[in-house]
Amino acid sequence: MWHRGRRGAAVVLLALTASMGLLAQACASDKSPSASGGSGASSGGTPAPQTITVVTHDSFAVSDNVLQAFEDQTGITVKQVKGGDAGAVVNQAILTKDHPQGDVLYGIDNTLLTKGLDAGLFEPYSSPAMSAVDPQYDLDSQQHRVTPVDESDVCLNYDKTKFGGAGQPAAPQTLEDLTKPEFKDAVVVENPATSSPGLAFLVATVEHFGDSHYLDYWRQLKANGLKVDDGWDQAYNNDFTVGSSGTGTRSVVLSYATSPPADVVFANPPKDDTSVGVVSDSCFKQIEFVGVLKGTSHADAAHRFIDFMLSKQFQEDMPLQMYVYPVRPDAALPDVFTKFAVKPPNPIELDPQSIGANRERWIDDWTSAVLG
Amino acid sequence: MVALAAVPVGFVGFFFVWPVARIVVRGFHPDGQWDLSAIGDVLGNASTRHVIWFTVWQAAASTLLTLALALPGAYVFARFAFRGKNALRAAVTVPFVLPTIVVASAFLGIIGERGIFGGRVDLDGSVWAILLAHLFFNYAVVVRTVGGLWSHLDPAFEDAARTLGASRWKAMREVTWPLLRPAVVSAAAIVYLFSFTSFGVVLLLGGQDHSTLEVGIKRATLDRLDLRTASVLAIVQMVAVISLLLLSSVATRRRAVQQRLLAVADVAHRPRGLERWFLAANLLLMAVLLGGPMAVLVERSLHTSSGYGFDFYRALVETPRVAARFVPPLDAVRNSLEFATVATMIALVVGGIAAFVVAGDVRRRSRPRAAFDLLLMLPLGTSAVTVGFGFLIALDRPVDLRASWIIVPIAHALIAIPFVVRILVPVLRSIDDRLREAATMLGASPGHVWREIDLPIVRRALLVAAGFAFAISLGEFGATLFIARPDRPTMPVAIFRYLSQAGAANFGAAMAMSTILMVITATAIFAIERFRTPGLGEF
Repeated sequence: MWHRGRRGAAVVLLALTASMGLLAQACASDKSPSASGGSGASSGGTPAPQTITVVTHDSFAVSDNVLQAFEDQTGITVKQVKGGDAGAVVNQAILTKDHPQGDVLYGIDNTLLTKGLDAGLFEPYSSPAMSAVDPQYDLDSQQHRVTPVDESDVCLNYDKTKFGGAGQPAAPQTLEDLTKPEFKDAVVVENPATSSPGLAFLVATVEHFGDSHYLDYWRQLKANGLKVDDGWDQAYNNDFTVGSSGTGTRSVVLSYATSPPADVVFANPPKDDTSVGVVSDSCFKQIEFVGVLKGTSHADAAHRFIDFMLSKQFQEDMPLQMYVYPVRPDAALPDVFTKFAVKPPNPIELDPQSIGANRERWIDDWTSAVLG
Repeated sequence: MVALAAVPVGFVGFFFVWPVARIVVRGFHPDGQWDLSAIGDVLGNASTRHVIWFTVWQAAASTLLTLALALPGAYVFARFAFRGKNALRAAVTVPFVLPTIVVASAFLGIIGERGIFGGRVDLDGSVWAILLAHLFFNYAVVVRTVGGLWSHLDPAFEDAARTLGASRWKAMREVTWPLLRPAVVSAAAIVYLFSFTSFGVVLLLGGQDHSTLEVGIKRATLDRLDLRTASVLAIVQMVAVISLLLLSSVATRRRAVQQRLLAVADVAHRPRGLERWFLAANLLLMAVLLGGPMAVLVERSLHTSSGYGFDFYRALVETPRVAARFVPPLDAVRNSLEFATVATMIALVVGGIAAFVVAGDVRRRSRPRAAFDLLLMLPLGTSAVTVGFGFLIALDRPVDLRASWIIVPIAHALIAIPFVVRILVPVLRSIDDRLREAATMLGASPGHVWREIDLPIVRRALLVAAGFAFAISLGEFGATLFIARPDRPTMPVAIFRYLSQAGAANFGAAMAMSTILMVITATAIFAIERFRTPGLGEF
């Protein structure tokens, strides 16, 4: 077998060379932009090139020209690392806390906030741009570890063509309505253990019905034919009568207050009105935050990125990119938002501390009551 | 041999064993102290045992169902010559690589409440939906793995048995089956593995009542960061997978028979008499079972609210109205193709060397070799979430690879390597050693022997393996989604993103993108099938 050995050695060499080449290439492509990264912009003239990495969820989006303007102005290149939905991103950040994957984390919301804060993920930063932000969103106003960026409302949506017409039941108005016989087999929601709107809605029911009664409500929903899906896309696209173009059978779905404008913007063919209605008494306010990850070596650039997220330009770009509301009251909303999006007058709120203290217990109890 | 084995061992060791070990150990070693109490806690839980039992039996049922329906299909492809065979073989492979999320939606269009059977058949949330989906995904595994060998088996043996008075059934059982058995066992092991570790199918079609170990691991890790539970479940899954693989490797090794392989053209014949009905029945089955969901997909991608048209496809190329969230679709296609090319190269080099080592000298039993074979298969049986989270804490040194694009093709290659090995090994083992010995005696150098004897025989299998690796990478979704990735989304990820925002145009775009993915995959596989044909005259 000696001859095989020799041939083997040649192959090994070849393979190693090939894989080294690939690795080298991979590393080179990562390293080159940040190789000369210094600390912040240089004094006057052209700023020193830097790269910052933004760790975020899959829904993060910004218009190319808006981001480009920031990069041109500051000389900072923005790289994104996306790790699934908000819950997964926060968990990954906690796991890699000793050697974070990036400099900034965007997308932690008020239902997850304490988890991130307790794990000590963030370095404080108080952005001067906060003066333009509605103070009600600043949930860490003492320590400034996170900065609010946007707000959205998780709400029950319904198919307007199925309710309110001649011979049809009235559209649902309240959470209690859904336990009535006319909504038998009509509702689909997301599992709070696996979905962030699902968790928000569970918290909303706890706040509305109280910690000792919310499970009774869920049991009634279950008896009325509630369907539970794992994620938003499955519930909206497969089961909701509007989202599935008629193949689904559920006329009430857990989604967002901004789903109506999305229904119009992404209509096919274009349409003038939305078929999605919002049960505004069911809404839970979700605020998303950004924070500087502890251990970053680009703190200056990270701060400038956070300032940028609070700039009017970014705030006005967000609605049609991520279907969320700006936190700056002076940011103008696109027409399709003012026309179709619902801004619930009294969304359900609960402070992050109570959510943090009870989150796991609520999810476990919900799981045994509804799925068990 | 040892030097050769170092390449795959090094690759799998660094990119699989190390990350997985790190994350599992973290579950048992939380605060600088070993804590094994989790094992008792988790296994003592009745619902965990229920999940384990369901995982085991649904995988067994899926495997039996798939073998029962796909083995006749493998026979049809191996033994009958009919028009459009190559195209059909490429077509049946497509389901294997489709993203689950898309398939689930198409499946519901058939067997759901509003499916083509109306309210009479509603399998949504039932075990049947899970089994049928596993059949849909894995049909190709059996057809290709078993059919690949079957199409080269000399029918003369069977004919001889028949001439000597054996019934068709008896000839099949006593002559063909022993020769074919290694490939069948391999295929069954792969189907079982896939069904055992099934994730998307169970989640999307099984409703909230059914959960597999894989689903449990995902929930514990990704949703709760409960590494204590996750580690126990991951170990249980790994032990189960290792036991299964050991069983299958014992069965395969014992039965490996060296034989003369023939060119496909000499094996296949036009169907006669009853055989035509057999062929027709199989074609019908494929059309309904595999063609049905794919047809639903294409139909939906063309079904705009103003009738049928290419609106959604046009929208993919036009500058999107609200672009940035959505990957520019052509970029996603390019990313997918680039990743698939790199992943295929890695898988062929690493898997090719590994197959050569595994095939080795069949007559000598070797423990290290069996362990090596096992090691290569393990990534298939490990949760994508475990691997992804392992990457996060293990691949930051010496170079931080976590945010590099290379991590995506590497993850794909880990999944593809076992296939490359499974496809190559039976063929390598079937090469009659006497051919090599004869060539050596006639003065051929070792390189010459490899070029003239091994390579021509292996070339077809290599191409098949390349096609598989490429297709796996194209459709791979789980790992790509669970490893934090640099922003170069692949086609399946783009589809996922379209589906995660409201609006008919997004749904349409997802369906159109899925159709494109389907066509590209089919084309890739078809091209490989065509490419290999001229080379066949060599053996």
